[in-house]
Amino acid sequence: MDDFLLRALLGGFGVALAAGPLGTFIIWRRMAYFGDMLAHSGLLGVALGAILRVNPQLGVVFTCLLVALALVLLQRQRGLATDTLLGILAHATLSLGLVTLAFLETVRVDLVGYLFGDILAITTADLCWIWGGGVLALGVLAGLWRPLLAITVHEELAQVEGVAVFPVRLAFMLLIAVVIAVAMKVVGILLITSLLIIPAAAARRFAHSPEGMAALASLVGGAAVGLGLWASLRWDTPAGPSVVVAASALFALGLAIPTRSRR
Amino acid sequence: MPSEPLLVIEKVNLAIRGNPILRDVSLRVTAGEIVALIGPNGAGKSTLARVALGLIRADSGRIWRKPGARVGYMPQRLMVDDTLPLSVWRFTTLGTPTSRARVREALAEVGAAHVLDAPVQGISGGEMQRVLLARALLREPELLVLDEPIQGVDLNGQYELYDLISGLRQRRGCGILMVSHELHLVMATTDHVLCLNRHVCCSGHPDHVARDPAYLALFGLDGARHLAIYHHHHDHQHDLHGAVVESAETETHG
Repeated sequence: MDDFLLRALLGGFGVALAAGPLGTFIIWRRMAYFGDMLAHSGLLGVALGAILRVNPQLGVVFTCLLVALALVLLQRQRGLATDTLLGILAHATLSLGLVTLAFLETVRVDLVGYLFGDILAITTADLCWIWGGGVLALGVLAGLWRPLLAITVHEELAQVEGVAVFPVRLAFMLLIAVVIAVAMKVVGILLITSLLIIPAAAARRFAHSPEGMAALASLVGGAAVGLGLWASLRWDTPAGPSVVVAASALFALGLAIPTRSRR
Repeated sequence: MPSEPLLVIEKVNLAIRGNPILRDVSLRVTAGEIVALIGPNGAGKSTLARVALGLIRADSGRIWRKPGARVGYMPQRLMVDDTLPLSVWRFTTLGTPTSRARVREALAEVGAAHVLDAPVQGISGGEMQRVLLARALLREPELLVLDEPIQGVDLNGQYELYDLISGLRQRRGCGILMVSHELHLVMATTDHVLCLNRHVCCSGHPDHVARDPAYLALFGLDGARHLAIYHHHHDHQHDLHGAVVESAETETHG
């Protein structure tokens, strides 16, 4: 097997592994559009990283946190629904990122690569970021599992039972930011949410416990990476979108399989 | 008051976006006592319960909970999203990690042992209320805050659940603060009633409150009739006019 292909597979599997459990929480907490908004702001993070001459991944994590904070502040002044605010922030930050990059004449950025991913160009350094960030995110998520599940079911009940709601919510946002930063190279800013949500959604019908659903989501994500890369080589299609198409196909296939009826 | 206080609220004021919700509200709950909050919709009952739990901060006034007191809470209308595969057994242990045997015991105490392994979305409204109560009981609470504990429960279940709740106070000695709509049940099983309409209209022993002009103004004859029907049902006393029954020694449940 070619080296670049091996790196692509390893990188894809790393992202799928972390995205599965995190994606299940995004589904349970109905935060799909929040994740999408953060991902859109990723390009601004890349630009920021270029200006400050730091690693683009760090720029993305930092920007995601800033934007999440901006959302919290905007939500305070009621009158506008959260989905409206999310729409504004997503496209404002994406456009701001594009404009900023245009100003940076000395910096050449592979725009298409950032928007749609360039999984076949993953370097060994990228692999370290993906696996390091991914394993870290999974570790933190495992530690947060019970309180996060409790506030997902009922925030006030969890608070009465002793969960520090705000820190847990903040930590979860940080985890999403980290996973977006590491997944960017694989499927790109515009498609990251799909890798978080589609495998988790596909896993729902076959899961009987929260942990089972998370594990199954990782498996589906990994399978989508393998299938997508294979299809991309076979038919010479763009790799990132092929992975997303494969995930969607697995989701559709799952719908067709009959399951034990639930009460 | 002879027994120790668990919760003391004094002269609490709260406005939400300029709209006064609570005005000068005071209450106290002691161990082994059931305090009921009644009042029309929008009277601030649930808000007061959430202030008592420390979930909302009051604008002014004093809220004191016995330091270190274990608190059990039963929120109003809890629905678990269909996307989350969660069994009743996992749901009840979300706040208190514990063994299956203890969960089964707690569920049995509230009469819901049969749903232990059912998906939490698949049980009825009444079963959900019992499961919520079991989750609160697993914390071995000294103070229980129940927000409309019997909504969605059928009529027979309502009596059963009320008996269960008033039995808890004796068996476990916990103090209970309860928001309720079911006047007839509240009046028959509680020790202290607080009639709330943004401010405390009247409060005291159920018999006393039932005769209070402020209570009658809020709930009218209908409220008084509920009380009468209940007394009829339990004490076999007849009252043809629907007025408040006289001989009401209301400590009927044990």
